[in-house]
Amino acid sequence: MTNTIADIEEADVILVTGSNTTENHPVLSAFVKRAVKFKGAKLIVVDPRRIKLTQFADLWLRPNLGTDVAWINGMMNVIINEGLLDEDFVDRRTEGFEALRKVVEKYDPEFVEGITGIPAEALRAAARLYGKAGAASILYCMGITQHTTGTDNVKSLANLAMLTGNLGRPGTGVNPLRGQNNVQGACDMGGLPNVFSGYQPVTDLAVVKKMEDAWGVSGIPTKPGLTVTKMIPMAHEGRLKALYIMGENPLVSDPDLNHAEKSIKNLDFLVVQDIFLTETAQLADVVLPSTCFAEKDGTFSNTERRVQRVRKALEPPGESMEDWKIICSVATRMGYEMKYPDSEAIFNEIARVTPSYAGLSYARIEKEGLHWPCPSAEHPGTPILHTQQFARGRGLFHAIEWIPPSEQTDDEYPMYLTTGRILYQYHTGTMTMKTGGLNFKAPEAFVEISAADAARYRLADGDMVRVSSRRGEIVARVKVSSKAVDGTIFIPFHFARAAANRLTNAALDPVSGIPEYKVCAVRISKAA
Amino acid sequence: MTTSKIITINGRELTFENDETILEVARRNGIEIPTLCHLKGTQPTGACRICVVEVEGARNLMPACCTPAADKMVVRTESPQVVAARRLIIQLMLASGNHNCAIRGSDNQDWTAFQLKVQEEDGSSDLCPVWGDCRLQDLAYRYQVSGERFDATVNRYPIEDVNPFIVRDFSRCILCGRCVQACCEVQVNNAISFGYRGPFSKIIAAGDRPLKDSDCVFCGECVQVCPVGALVEKEARYRVRPWETGKVRTTCTYCGVGCQILLHVKDGKVVKVTGVPDSPPNHGSLCVKGRFGFDFINSEKRLTKPLIKENGKFREADWDEALDLVAGRFREIVEKNGSESVGVLTSARVTNEENYIANKFARAVLKTNNIDHCARL
Repeated sequence: MTNTIADIEEADVILVTGSNTTENHPVLSAFVKRAVKFKGAKLIVVDPRRIKLTQFADLWLRPNLGTDVAWINGMMNVIINEGLLDEDFVDRRTEGFEALRKVVEKYDPEFVEGITGIPAEALRAAARLYGKAGAASILYCMGITQHTTGTDNVKSLANLAMLTGNLGRPGTGVNPLRGQNNVQGACDMGGLPNVFSGYQPVTDLAVVKKMEDAWGVSGIPTKPGLTVTKMIPMAHEGRLKALYIMGENPLVSDPDLNHAEKSIKNLDFLVVQDIFLTETAQLADVVLPSTCFAEKDGTFSNTERRVQRVRKALEPPGESMEDWKIICSVATRMGYEMKYPDSEAIFNEIARVTPSYAGLSYARIEKEGLHWPCPSAEHPGTPILHTQQFARGRGLFHAIEWIPPSEQTDDEYPMYLTTGRILYQYHTGTMTMKTGGLNFKAPEAFVEISAADAARYRLADGDMVRVSSRRGEIVARVKVSSKAVDGTIFIPFHFARAAANRLTNAALDPVSGIPEYKVCAVRISKAA
Repeated sequence: MTTSKIITINGRELTFENDETILEVARRNGIEIPTLCHLKGTQPTGACRICVVEVEGARNLMPACCTPAADKMVVRTESPQVVAARRLIIQLMLASGNHNCAIRGSDNQDWTAFQLKVQEEDGSSDLCPVWGDCRLQDLAYRYQVSGERFDATVNRYPIEDVNPFIVRDFSRCILCGRCVQACCEVQVNNAISFGYRGPFSKIIAAGDRPLKDSDCVFCGECVQVCPVGALVEKEARYRVRPWETGKVRTTCTYCGVGCQILLHVKDGKVVKVTGVPDSPPNHGSLCVKGRFGFDFINSEKRLTKPLIKENGKFREADWDEALDLVAGRFREIVEKNGSESVGVLTSARVTNEENYIANKFARAVLKTNNIDHCARL
């Protein structure tokens, strides 16, 4: 997030898109609801499903799946034509406005209505509400990113915020909500193929030299590596031979699971390090037992870039060991000694080689976490990014045309499928499914469908329905719901037994490599 | 020259800001005024009246939580009149339900009959499930009162426990309304409200249905703010006593909000989770997963030994054998097929320190940039 969670209550207008916030970030959603109910903020929700937050919204726009760039361009079209842009901000802080203006010129609300299905007047109202706000905050999640145009969608939201000067101040920002406890930290720490910790590029020779010196090695490759969504096909082709998987369960979470499963089985050697024998671990050659968060010391970085302490409360079960200790032992056995007395020693090394974490220490975050960037021991941390300038200096507008999602409905596959999470389960369910109460509330996968579609397919609530895509087929229970829009079904992806990801499309965003989980074409029929 | 506004509390002259209540000024200056219904961050209701104070010139005692401080106001927080009022309020509350903490009084015949009745209604022979963790009990001790001054009232509503997470014990509810405020003003789930009138008053969900059939999302905010034993975690009720547990502050392991939590540990197991009050980002709030989804930690299905697959089946191995095998196979495959033939999936579940180590292992040891995690998934 460019801004903090608490900052949401400072906004005059909040635009939530592609985030079912009350189910996936429940505590954060309370900030949104309080802002609306008690602080007079206006809420715009843009989402194809009638999610809970729509009940709090002043405006709810319901776009067709995969049409985000179109409605965002449409809002900018109205904002420019009606003079609601922040000219001073555009002049002083940005570049590329002319190119943007030219592209969005044709996205007038009537043209956009044809693509998105959003009534032109509703789009105008949303543009005016957002454009006139003193401080407007954008919150988004995987509904924006998990598309073949995910990067375009995010850039478009950034365009919208820059155009109206809604960055760098309290109550503003472009705020992605991170779905996992430490997905921010995994990115910050170089768990990505193109960067070391602190987003230092592997292609920057000076950085590579610095890391080689710090680690006492040579020969670190300077070409970006493979994303997970590229590793899987490479395994399928036999070019990736061995994989070391730590605390991930791609055999439920990856797109097009049938293909992913074949690919992983094709590896010469698979190590899985986990706390449970997950679907993925069952395919491993070696399984290493690790410890869970309650059994170790360390830090997590949350969605607002706040680095917070994790503290050991329990002894780990059996012979299980902290993930870092296991990896250090493997490294040492491969001839490179990695030895640390404790997690704090690792954190101190992180601070030494990572400029954005340089000023952090366990002592400083003992009571309350700090927001990176925190470049020095005296620096108070950075709750709000881009207050004076952007990382590259001026913010660059990206002029982006809408392109349709990779897979469209047709006669053979006439319905759209979109996937996501639900309140009572978490990701692939390895943790939440151990709690009886959560399973009582959410025992199995379901197919959320509108009443009209259910009637058309002669399906009643509770029936079993067969859902097929070009890639696979599952059977799950029908849930007729007012949340669903006609023509689109929703299936949560948590449940391995009726894994939504047997159906999803592995088509990737060309820049981020994210799969298009949010749109694919399916057909449905009543199961016997 | 501007003159600052002064309020006198217990003889101390104190400055205050506009809109501050007597309670806020007092707390800011270390003067303790007891409260029950007051919930920080919500609109004060003055419902329980335990915070009443004497204000010179006022005809009645004033609730400190919702009386604004005013210039030249003179306040006494523990005067005989105040103490008498508080004692009466506490006595009435103690008489109003199954407050079997021995505070209700054990010096007459009545106690045995009362305790037997509570035991039967409660299905437990132990004293109150929140004994030692109850604001009402604390106040009864502080003001040295018991409940037998008034006849015990009839419990009109049976215990509700037909959901997996929360037991609602109306016999112990003092109708302070903190749960309603937590639900409607903090979490804004609007699942519960006051229902019925007068002696029939009750906190209800969805027109007086069980929580499981209402809009309740089991965040448990109401349980955390309940000052008495009316709302208790089902799994912890009568099983977990506060003096038996150690509490460790850490960060929640579910979504990316990073809620600060306290793990309550008993006999080497997590038995309860609460939110850390007054600390960002969550200020005590949690969701159903963070508060109740901790069984995986103590699950019997946890892996406890390294496993090596032989002929399609896993067998247990010791660490040396497993680590040697992993190191050996990776070395072999890198030597034969090059560094680009291996990859590491690190994890959004593990710590920064562990992600950094995975990044160092991939780049410095395996000499590959093939490292990623599930950020995209």
